[in-house]
Amino acid sequence: MEHHSHDIVIIGGGAAGLRAAIAAVELDPKLDVAVVSKVYPMRSHTVSAEGGMAAVLRDYDNFDSHAFDTIKGSDFLADQDSVEFFVKEAPREAIQLEHWGCPFSRDPDGRISSRAFGGMTVKRTLFATDKIGFHLLHTLFQTSLKYENIHRYDEWFVTSLLVDNGRVEGVTAIEIRTGELVPILGKAVIIATGGCGRIFQFTTNGWIKTGDGMAIAYRAGVPLKDMEMVQYHPTLLPNTGILITEAARGEGGYLLNKDGERFLKKYVPNKMELGPRDILSRAEMSEINAGRGFEGPYGSYVHLDLTHLGKITIEDKLPFVKELAERYVGIDPEHEPIPVRPGQHYMMGGVHTDLHGFTGMPGLYAAGEVACVTMNGANRLGSNSLTECLVFGAEAGKAAAQYASKLASPSFGNPVDGETMMEEKRIFDRLLKHEQGERVSTIRTEMQNGMEKYVGIYRDENGLREACKLIGSLKARLTNGIVEDQDHVYNTELVSALELDFMLDVAETIPYSAILRHESRGAHYRTDFTKRDDVNFLKHSMAHKTSGPPRIDYSPVTITRWKPEERVY
Amino acid sequence: MSQDIATIRVTRYRPEKDSKPFVQEYKVPYRRDMVVLDALNYIKSQIDGSLTYRWSCRMGVCGSCGASVDGKPKLTCESFLHEFKGRTITVEPMPNFPVIKDLVVDMEDFMEKLVKIKPWIIREKESPVEEGEYKQSAKELERYSQFSSCINCMLCYAACPIYGLNEKFLGPAATALAYRYIDDSRDQGKDVRFPIVHEMEGAWECTLVGECSVVCPKGVDPMLAIQRTKILGATNAVKSLLMPRGGR
Repeated sequence: MEHHSHDIVIIGGGAAGLRAAIAAVELDPKLDVAVVSKVYPMRSHTVSAEGGMAAVLRDYDNFDSHAFDTIKGSDFLADQDSVEFFVKEAPREAIQLEHWGCPFSRDPDGRISSRAFGGMTVKRTLFATDKIGFHLLHTLFQTSLKYENIHRYDEWFVTSLLVDNGRVEGVTAIEIRTGELVPILGKAVIIATGGCGRIFQFTTNGWIKTGDGMAIAYRAGVPLKDMEMVQYHPTLLPNTGILITEAARGEGGYLLNKDGERFLKKYVPNKMELGPRDILSRAEMSEINAGRGFEGPYGSYVHLDLTHLGKITIEDKLPFVKELAERYVGIDPEHEPIPVRPGQHYMMGGVHTDLHGFTGMPGLYAAGEVACVTMNGANRLGSNSLTECLVFGAEAGKAAAQYASKLASPSFGNPVDGETMMEEKRIFDRLLKHEQGERVSTIRTEMQNGMEKYVGIYRDENGLREACKLIGSLKARLTNGIVEDQDHVYNTELVSALELDFMLDVAETIPYSAILRHESRGAHYRTDFTKRDDVNFLKHSMAHKTSGPPRIDYSPVTITRWKPEERVY
Repeated sequence: MSQDIATIRVTRYRPEKDSKPFVQEYKVPYRRDMVVLDALNYIKSQIDGSLTYRWSCRMGVCGSCGASVDGKPKLTCESFLHEFKGRTITVEPMPNFPVIKDLVVDMEDFMEKLVKIKPWIIREKESPVEEGEYKQSAKELERYSQFSSCINCMLCYAACPIYGLNEKFLGPAATALAYRYIDDSRDQGKDVRFPIVHEMEGAWECTLVGECSVVCPKGVDPMLAIQRTKILGATNAVKSLLMPRGGR
């Protein structure tokens, strides 16, 4: 059978995947690295990040402050060794990115500008106007083109890991343009596919954020950690879910209820608009539930008011906010407040890894949003995630390179040829050939609406039980899902069906993890258990794949220097 | 009141079935705040799962969803139905590209051109990261900033009359990206990049009509980059006549 072979196979071409690729070939220029992405890498969702990336670069700042802000932000669920490692590596990664050409905004002294961000004590969020994700991604992608030993598989969709005797030996992937399933062998595989926001109906995430990497790792036996920890960002445009960056508040924007009141004084009086996302999202919902929101065709909302910032700040620092508000809601933020409401934004949970991106399965690494190191715990601070992609992307790339350079190439034969044939059967003989059933899009919509309804900002036992039941039934229904498009060439409907199959596995771990966490911590808020419970729940949930529903067990949280305390802002 | 309906006329081509492209009409419920991409998504999820197109971010930054809408290259995610005349809108694949299927075009030619212009910082000597960032003034940033805003959406190639005739033409986006590095104070690769940009065919045929700059959804001005290439070429041509060793 036709197959490809590389030293390292990286799944995903966003910030973490590209950073890993460059780190691997810089460590060992003899290595041959493949980047396999279902889209051209510059389309990856990193592109949509807006506000900035956190790193300690200035004399007024220090590592302990960044670490403590992150740990407090996480509601003490972060592993503190991960956080300490992260904050120390962050400046190196930021400067490396600058050396590679990222067009950061500049201070009068010619150094990178930084701005205030939610939950951060000082200005440490480095920015490139309000398009850091776009610039970071294009900088990394264009820099990666310099390395001849980084080979790209653009628009290839990975369907599974190839595993021989507990060791990863590559992936199976569909070349979308031809529709062929081809094994791509590698001594090591790095998963860098991002999160799974499209499980939810109302999300900032792009269409491609379908949890593919979480699902393939989970299916191969790696646990998904802290999956109940889902971040809802406080400022999305109603209807579309388009993100209005936290930088709008970092630059001084206000959140107002319908009485024109800066309502956050009741919730986070010391931080106001620069409080952490979990608390701000709940504060908005409290206002809305108390009748102090605005009513619109797409539900209730509050106002993000930038009118006092002035034309210059908006144009220089927030041009994308202006562009998005004008284009998508017809509002000029210099003169009118922007309607916003909270929605799904980020997964704190993901594929369990150690500090070096290692998953515990020989040869398998993960980094970026797909992974759970865990440095974000129960709530990520804004602007830590891009830096996380760089720090842990580089770390996973180096670890995989060290591992791969010692090994001989896997040969194509038993058992991976058999695994490839089984994948072909699963996809082309079964999924593509269902004759009676329902549209895949119907099942997807029900999943998204159900997750929105039952596993949102407020959760309780009954709702979570409904969610578990719903996902189980949708999985059963998908076994009869119909794919109308029977072409080989560029079959996006088939890809969507495979993505939904991934999303349902990943979605299921969220309510199953959430229902057992009888406390409220960070983004996980239980109306039936409203207090944090460190005695029983200062621990990470670990969801394991079984033939039935996920099995949940726990692993301890690493505490180094900061004892859990009450989280007040 | 009967429901407001829009008609979307999509040019389709499925290489395994069709010998040539054909037009298929779909009726979708019209909403004023609906973009063309919403209409395509409605069709794909409710009417015809085989309709094929690319998209992801739906906020005008990933660059995936370009198409020719009522004859003009556009990002479908930011083209509101109400911006077009009438309730019938045609959606075709971007011109000047080979079609893979329906609205999906082959952009490999651009991907190859992008590598050719060496889109990375070239330095005689890299400073170690321990020495901190390379300083850059706001003014220096401003020099290349607009060229760095290219999202590689290919609308400029779709609009370019020269690229349509001569695919060897480096074209708008790649030329703009070359200047993104040439104009960056941190870059020292001018001598490497100028000949690459200059030796590519086509710049001289460019009449500077500027369709590329008009269609760019991000305010990049590729025409300016091409114009500068022409001026540079002319200067070099004069130098090579008048000065020893071609004025190098």
